[in-house]
Amino acid sequence: MTHALKITNLKKTYDNGFQALKGIDLEVKKGDFFALLGANGAGKSTAIGIICSLVNKTDGDVNVFGYDLEADREAVQEHIGLVPQEFNFNIWEPVIEIILNQAGYYGIERPVARKRAEELLKHLNLWDKRDEQAQNLSGGMKRRLMIARALIHNPKLLILDEPTAGVDIEIRRSMWDFLSKLNQAGTTIILTTHYLEEAESMCNNIAILNKGEVVESTSMKELLSRLQVETFVLDLKEPLDIIPSDCELTIHQRDTSTIEVELDKTRSLNYLFETLSKHNIRVMSMRNKTNRLEELFIKLVEKSKEENTSIKSTSSEVTA
Amino acid sequence: MKPAQKLTAFKTILSKEVMRFLRIWVQTLVPPAITMTLYFVIFGNLIGSQIGDLDGFKYIEYIIPGLIMMSVITNSYSNVVSTFFTAKMFGHIQEMLISPVPNHIILMGYIGGGMARGLIVGLIVTLVSLFFSSLTIEHPIITIAVVVLTSMLFSIAGLINAIYAKSFDDITIIPTFVLTPLTYLGGVFYSINMLSEFWQNVSMVNPVLYMVNGFRYGILGVSDISPVASFSLLAVFIVALYGFAYYLLKKGVGIRS
Ligand SMILES: Nc1ncnc2c1ncn2[C@@H]1O[C@H](COP(=O)(O)OP(=O)(O)OP(=O)(O)O)[C@@H](O)[C@H]1O
Ligand SMILES: [Mg+2]
Repeated sequence: MTHALKITNLKKTYDNGFQALKGIDLEVKKGDFFALLGANGAGKSTAIGIICSLVNKTDGDVNVFGYDLEADREAVQEHIGLVPQEFNFNIWEPVIEIILNQAGYYGIERPVARKRAEELLKHLNLWDKRDEQAQNLSGGMKRRLMIARALIHNPKLLILDEPTAGVDIEIRRSMWDFLSKLNQAGTTIILTTHYLEEAESMCNNIAILNKGEVVESTSMKELLSRLQVETFVLDLKEPLDIIPSDCELTIHQRDTSTIEVELDKTRSLNYLFETLSKHNIRVMSMRNKTNRLEELFIKLVEKSKEENTSIKSTSSEVTA
Repeated sequence: MKPAQKLTAFKTILSKEVMRFLRIWVQTLVPPAITMTLYFVIFGNLIGSQIGDLDGFKYIEYIIPGLIMMSVITNSYSNVVSTFFTAKMFGHIQEMLISPVPNHIILMGYIGGGMARGLIVGLIVTLVSLFFSSLTIEHPIITIAVVVLTSMLFSIAGLINAIYAKSFDDITIIPTFVLTPLTYLGGVFYSINMLSEFWQNVSMVNPVLYMVNGFRYGILGVSDISPVASFSLLAVFIVALYGFAYYLLKKGVGIRS
């Protein structure tokens, strides 16, 4: 067994008849840092809910470190820690109580739980707030409280459903740092996020869900290598009136002193600058137009949208 | 989970539940004491003095067991219904659902919490009653057994109500429209011998009548119902409702989509 999580043909139809998962397959290797991406409503939280015993599956199999969810639910539960998307602690309870109670549900005795809670809360900069009622914490602190709670039983697989939503830049960076260290120490991590930069910088493998289906599941490297062209935004030293017509690069003008240049993957940045110099275009600063992953993400999701509409139009032709 | 771990989980849920109602004692422990003082003053002293003896006891002596029972029933029920429903609404029930704590332990933890509240309130009301009447307990073991089982039964009932409840209204409907009438008509204030034969027969289908009379038998030694009938009814109801609550929890009704 090399996987931390293996999902086979997982389906979920909610009571109202909505099919949130249409038979997904996923495999997350032991020790991996895995990104599960997808637009709002793609089915990420539904899949996570099933893995964590919060949602009943309609069909399919879930296996965690060799334990089948149906046959060995307790073992599966002992191995997973969950940071849910929505705040779900008792807001009237003090921070430390929330963590100690969670430990109790895993059968961890108080004295042991206390030591571990102190360690975790200190790591997550919440120790000063331990006696505060949870409702008095800021949004970012509440997220960190849920991370501490998820780790109290030392899970081998940590699942985080949008842990950085509403978290400021500094805390977000320290959270990334914390998670990276945790991952290096051997914890397998699955993360959903809408900040693709986050996924790109931390995750090794990635799956993209769209409307209840996996549209992509591969390594981050492989995915990024598929990017054919990269678009850069350049701020110019002198205003440019017209783009030279004989230029070998594809250039779009934003305004007189800003241009967007598309650069083929096979070309180097030197080539870009050489070409611009040749046409007397001087560059002050440059940046990526969008995050690289973001470009791919949008393409993949749009591609599956097109496929869906083309299927629909053929089927309507048949019925007509 | 190993037995020791299960015990830790049970203690966690139970102490969390007990701490909760102790922390908000002004809302949970004081109101029943005040309400019951009023009952004792008005029904016991003022009106009671106009009423003759009942089964050989002064009216206030007759209604004290009923009023203690009434407080135990409402407080056990409302403790579990409100805490389980809140856990569902605010989502912290999920803390238990994701963990390996068995359903039996969740059930017993919540039921234990409701029983603790019901019994503490029962004790407070008993102490308050001492200001109005003297108390000698005829059959202590029966008294304690009836009150413990009754608080258990209504804790389970509150839990089932909370599992089905979808809104805050749903957790007040049953207490208002079912529980209160059943208690008031359950022989708290009168002996069913005072009723016509028809209403006596109707009263016999009210389970609360058996508990109130069982408890009154324990304290005063008089009852409209045989104690055996009281215990049998309690046992049957507890087993049936516990089984039902367990089934609902296992299926995830109202808590797992
Ligand atoms: N309890 C429910 N009953 C009916 N439909 C539901 C329920 N929960 C979720 N859905 C639907 O299932 C779909 C997937 O929802 P899910 O929460 O899994 O999406 P998500 O990928 O996590 O989205 P987001 O990024 O917004 O969190 C949505 O269309 C949602 O409306
Ligand atoms: Mg979600």
